[in-house]
Order: sequence, then C-alpha cells, then structure tokens
Amino acid sequence: MMLGVLTQLGSVTLTRLAALGRAAFFVGQVLGLVVVPPIKGRLIVQQMHFIGVRSVLVIALTGTFAGMVLGLQGFHVLTRFGSEALLGQFVSLTLITELGPVFSALMVTARAGSAITAQIGIMRITEQLDAMTVMALNPLRYVAVPNVVAGTLVMPLLGAMFSVIGIWGGYVAGVLILGVNRGTYFGGIADVVDLQDVTNGVYKSLCFGLVVLLVCCFKGYHAGYGAEGVSKATTEAVVISAVLILVLDYVLNTVLL
Amino acid sequence: MTPAAPLIRAQGLHKRFDGQVVLRGVDLDVMPGEVLAIVGRSGAGKSVLLKNLIGLSQPDSGAVLVAGEDLHRARGRRLSRLRERFGMLFQGGALFDSLSVADNVAFPLREKTRQSHGQIAEVVTEVLKSVGLQGMDDKFPAELSGGMRKRAALARALAHRPEIMLFDEPTTGLDPIMVRAIHRLIADTQQRFQYTAVVVSHEVPGIFEIASRVAMLHEGALLEVATPDAFQASANPVVQQFIAGRLEGPLTPT
Ligand SMILES: Nc1ncnc2c1ncn2[C@@H]1O[C@H](COP(=O)(O)OP(=O)(O)OP(=O)(O)O)[C@@H](O)[C@H]1O
Ligand SMILES: [Mg+2]
Repeated sequence: MMLGVLTQLGSVTLTRLAALGRAAFFVGQVLGLVVVPPIKGRLIVQQMHFIGVRSVLVIALTGTFAGMVLGLQGFHVLTRFGSEALLGQFVSLTLITELGPVFSALMVTARAGSAITAQIGIMRITEQLDAMTVMALNPLRYVAVPNVVAGTLVMPLLGAMFSVIGIWGGYVAGVLILGVNRGTYFGGIADVVDLQDVTNGVYKSLCFGLVVLLVCCFKGYHAGYGAEGVSKATTEAVVISAVLILVLDYVLNTVLL
Repeated sequence: MTPAAPLIRAQGLHKRFDGQVVLRGVDLDVMPGEVLAIVGRSGAGKSVLLKNLIGLSQPDSGAVLVAGEDLHRARGRRLSRLRERFGMLFQGGALFDSLSVADNVAFPLREKTRQSHGQIAEVVTEVLKSVGLQGMDDKFPAELSGGMRKRAALARALAHRPEIMLFDEPTTGLDPIMVRAIHRLIADTQQRFQYTAVVVSHEVPGIFEIASRVAMLHEGALLEVATPDAFQASANPVVQQFIAGRLEGPLTPT
C-alpha cells in the first residue's frame, strides 16, 4: 500500500521532470536557431502578418472597450474622492503599464497562439514534421523559430496600439459621455506618463510575446496522436499561456517597479 | 562473386510502445541496389520498422548501421550526412499542406541544394509528369484525391534523387492501373538512379514483380526473407496463408 503510493509518486515526479526537461531542451534549441543562420526571413514576415496584422481588429475592439470601462469606472471611483481631474492619469497609466501589454498578449494567445498550436500539431500527426526531419532539415527552423521571432517583435506594437486606442476609449467615456474637461484629460496624461512607463510596457510585451509563442509552438510540436491530441494541445497552450502571462506580469512588476 | 557489404544493416531491433511489443529482434540486411519488399499484416509494425531504419524512431535496443555507421548514435552533421542519403514516402503522404504540389516537390531542392529556380522548375515538371500529375502544380494537397496525394508525395521523395528510398505503401488506395504504373515507376527510377529501395506493401502478389527479395514481418520479427520465387514456394504455412489470403490457417483475422 505504502509502496504503491510511493511508486505512483515517483512515476508522476519522473514524468513531470521529463516534461520539464523536454520543454527546456525545446526552448534552448529554438533560441539557438534564432541566431544560427540560415534565417527564414520570408517565413518571419509571413508570421508577423499572421500574428500581428490579422490581430489588429480584435486589439482595436478590445482596446476601445477596455478604455471605455476604465474611463467609466475610474470616473466613478475618482469622483468619490473629488479627484475626477485625475482621470487621464488613471486611464493612461493603467493601460500603458498593465492592461495594454496583458490584454494584447491574451488576445494574441486566443487568436493566433491557438491557431499556431493547432497548425503545428496537425503537422506533427500527419508526419509533415517527420518529412522535414527525413530531408535532414530541422523542423523547428520552419515552424517554431519564425513564430517566436515574429511574435516577440509584434507584441510590443500590438500592446502600444491597445494602449493608444484604450486612451481614446477612455476619452469617449470620460470626456464625451461623462463630461470631464478635455484639456484636463489629455494634460494629465502628458504630466504623468514618463518614458520609463512606456519602456516598462514594451519590456513586458516583449517577454509575453516570447513566452506565449514558445508555449504555443512547444505544445503543437509535442502534440499527442489524432484529433484529440491536437485539441488537447491547443487547450493546454491557451491555458498555460494565459496563466504565464499573469504570473509573469506580477514577477515583472516586482522587478521593474 | 564476393558478397557486397550491406548498405543498411539492422541488428536485433526491439521496440515497444507502453507495454505493447511491436518489434522483438529484427535482423535485416539491405544490399546496395536491391529492391527489398516488406510485407506483413496490418499492424505488424512495418511502418515502425521503416521509421527505425531511417532514425525517426529510436529502437529500445539494437542498432541500425548505414554503410557501417551507427545511425542512432550519430549526431549533428554526421546525422545530417546519413539522412541526406535517404528519401522516404510516408504512408499518409505527409505533404506540406500550406504549399502547392509544385512547391512541395521543390521544397527539398530549394532547401538542400544550390540549384537555380529554372533548374528546380524543370526537375519539378519532369517528376510530376513521371507520376502522372502534369498540370497539377498549383493545386494544394487538400484539393487532391487520395491517390493523387500519394503520387505527389512520391514525386517529392524522388525529386532529390536519394541513394536509399523507403516507401511506406506507395500504392495503397490506388486503382489497379495506377498500382502497375507506380510499380513500373519504382522499377524504372531504380534502374535509372540505382537507388536501394525498401518497399512496404500490401500489394501481394504485384510487388513480387519488382522486388529482388521479399521479407515478411510477423509477430515482431522477420519470419521469412527470400527471393520472390522462393518466398512464394515457401513451406511456411503462415507465409502460404498470407500470400493466398485464406481465412483458414495459423493467422486469424483480427
Ligand atoms: N507512436 C506510436 N505510439 C504508440 N503505438 C504505436 C506508435 N506507432 C505505432 N504504434 C503501434 O505499433 C503497431 C504497429 O504499427 P505500424 O504502423 O508499424 O503497423 P503497420 O505494419 O505499418 O500496419 P499497416 O499495414 O496498417 O500500415 C500498431 O499496433 C500501433 O498501434
Ligand atoms: Mg504502416
């Protein structure tokens, strides 16, 4: 009985350790291939289009409403303290340092990350990755590296876009609907936001982009068999990415602030 | 005549998947220039054996020597060198579904050789014609019938003229005329490029026409390895039942 429990525990630990080792090996290999030529420039551009350009609409939509909610909520909270003049500061700082990077990363995970996991997973189960291996080509160079590079480059742009659009959303809610003074709103932003806030936001986006795309590529690359394996990999990729974004956000906040 | 050294030598290959033993000691010599057919029942482990021969799957024990070099111990450039000698046709085709038929065939040439665009286009047109897919260049794998997909994959495998070709069921799912045509194609290209071929096939007795030897995989080991004539004349009841496709005998249909 006791022995059975111990055996179970041991085998679970071993499986976990093996999975961790595989992930570390994957990350090392991909990051190594990023700097070792040949670099597949065309594929990187193609994936920047897929991850970046095709995410613009969803970023614009969520950015607008996130900004409007911030404007509305911020207004009501700040009014209690008689300081609704600080609305611009509140909305812009929240967006640039927190919501912009986090939400854009979550949206990219949902839109592009899941698709990438599914696509690589299907290539795994239909032996397309094996076909590359047989050609003495490293599949990671074709399916993982372009996505990781493109995602890391594109994420700060999407995050910045989210913040800018969100600030305009806050303007709509706070100034146009609730009647905060326009000059106060924008003047507040100019006063309080300094360069470091912006660069912190960019650092966060870079980290999120790297981590999300690594997770999504890894899950697809090691997808199990059949449609079930791919769907499981996709779900796991999205969940792990989302959790890691928030955990990493906390860690980065303690480091950067 | 002195016996030549085998090009591929498999020694005591064992492979199991969580509890299920698939290969239990496969020993096999593939001689240079021969066409070795591997037959056996569905699920016998033929695809697993091929994947071990090319290093896509690691055996639990045993070794695969390619021209004397241990394939499963090789790493880095040495492994790449060994891999470049192989071409493989996968059972499911394994065409890249984001690329058109022509791009699929051109892919290994573009990535592995220094040929110009024009030269590559020429080769692509030629091999597509030889598998009867002329004019299908711009189709995508999803738009092809199963048999066409198989032929496109065959074209891709042949395009870079490997020294060793592994075929996993090149003709399954094709009409009888096309089966003959693909067999003829394998025999012709083999004559022309002198590659060594291992063909996994369910095409009994059709495959006997092009094979120089036939090996039967049964219960995780090679039951019989012989020339087609000797194979068909085998005294082994399992072989006989398999060739005749009889329901009665030592093999049970499950
Ligand atoms: N990656 C894998 N994981 C687990 N089991 C596997 C794996 N690959 C193959 N098997 C098992 O190994 C056995 C042999 O499979 P294999 O694909 O080699 O059969 P086959 O002889 O090629 O059959 P067919 O003629 O139908 O293609 C099967 O029972 C299969 O379930
Ligand atoms: Mg098979």
